[in-house]
Amino acid sequence: MNWLLVVAGAAVGAPLRYLLDRAVQTRTVGPDGSDALFPWGTFVVNATACLVLGSLAGAALAGAASSRLQLLLGAGLCGALSTYSTFSYETLRLAERGRGFLAAANVVMSVLVGLGAVHLGSQVARQLLG
Amino acid sequence: MLAAVAAGGAAGGAARYGISLLWPAGPGAFPWATLWINASGSALIGVLMVCIGEGGRTTPHPLLRPFVGVGVLGGFTTFSTYAVDFSRLLDAGETGTALAYGGLTVVAALGAVWAAASATRLALRGRGPGPGPGPGPGPRPGPGSGRAPR
Repeated sequence: MNWLLVVAGAAVGAPLRYLLDRAVQTRTVGPDGSDALFPWGTFVVNATACLVLGSLAGAALAGAASSRLQLLLGAGLCGALSTYSTFSYETLRLAERGRGFLAAANVVMSVLVGLGAVHLGSQVARQLLG
Repeated sequence: MLAAVAAGGAAGGAARYGISLLWPAGPGAFPWATLWINASGSALIGVLMVCIGEGGRTTPHPLLRPFVGVGVLGGFTTFSTYAVDFSRLLDAGETGTALAYGGLTVVAALGAVWAAASATRLALRGRGPGPGPGPGPGPRPGPGSGRAPR
C-alpha cells in the first residue's frame, strides 16, 4: 500500500513537472524566439514542490497529515515534481556556455528560494492547522 | 508522451522510496541517501544528455528523453526533500551538519553531472572511426560529435 501511494504520487508529479516547466519556459523565451537564458521552468517547479512539501511537513507537525498523505504527496508527488538532475544539468549547460554568473545565480537562488518556500509553507500550515 | 513521463516518474519515485527505506536517516543525522540519489541521478542525466544531443548521426528514440530524462531521473532525484532536510537540520540547531549537507549536495551533484558528461563525450569521441571501442553506453556515434541543440 505504501509503495502504491508513492508510485501514484510520482506518476502525477513527473508529468506535472513537465507541463509546468513547459508553461513557464515558453513564457520566458528571448525576444528573437531563442531559448530563455535562465532555466526558470525548473526553478519554478522546484520552488513550488518545496512550498508544498514544507506545508505538508508543517501539517504533519500539527498532526493534520496522515502518514499515507505524506507518502502520496511528499515522497510521491513532491519528490517527482521537483528534480535535482535537471537542475544540475541546466547549471552545467550555463557554465559551459560561458554564463558562469547565471550558473552560480541559479544554484544560490534555487537553494535559498527552496529553503524559504519550505519555511513559508511550514509556518502557514502550522498557523492554519495547529 | 505524458504517459512515458508518468511511467518513468513512477519508476524513479519507487526507486527513490526503496533506497530511503533501505538507508533511513534518523532525525538530526546526515541524509546520505538523498545526497547519493541526487548525485547519481545528476551523473546519469549527464550521460543521457550527451548521448542524445551529441551522439552523432543516429537519432535517439523520441521517447527516450521524456521517459528516462524527464521521467525516471526527474522522479528519482528530488529538490524538495533536499530543501526540507536542509531546513530541518537548521531548525534542529545542527547548523554544521545542515551547511555540510547543503553544500556537499550541490558540489556532488554538479561534480557528478560535469564528470559524467565529460567522460561520455570522451567515450563517444573514442568510438569514432578510430581504433578501439570506448566503454561508454549510448547510440552509435558518427565521426566527430555533431553538436545538436537540445
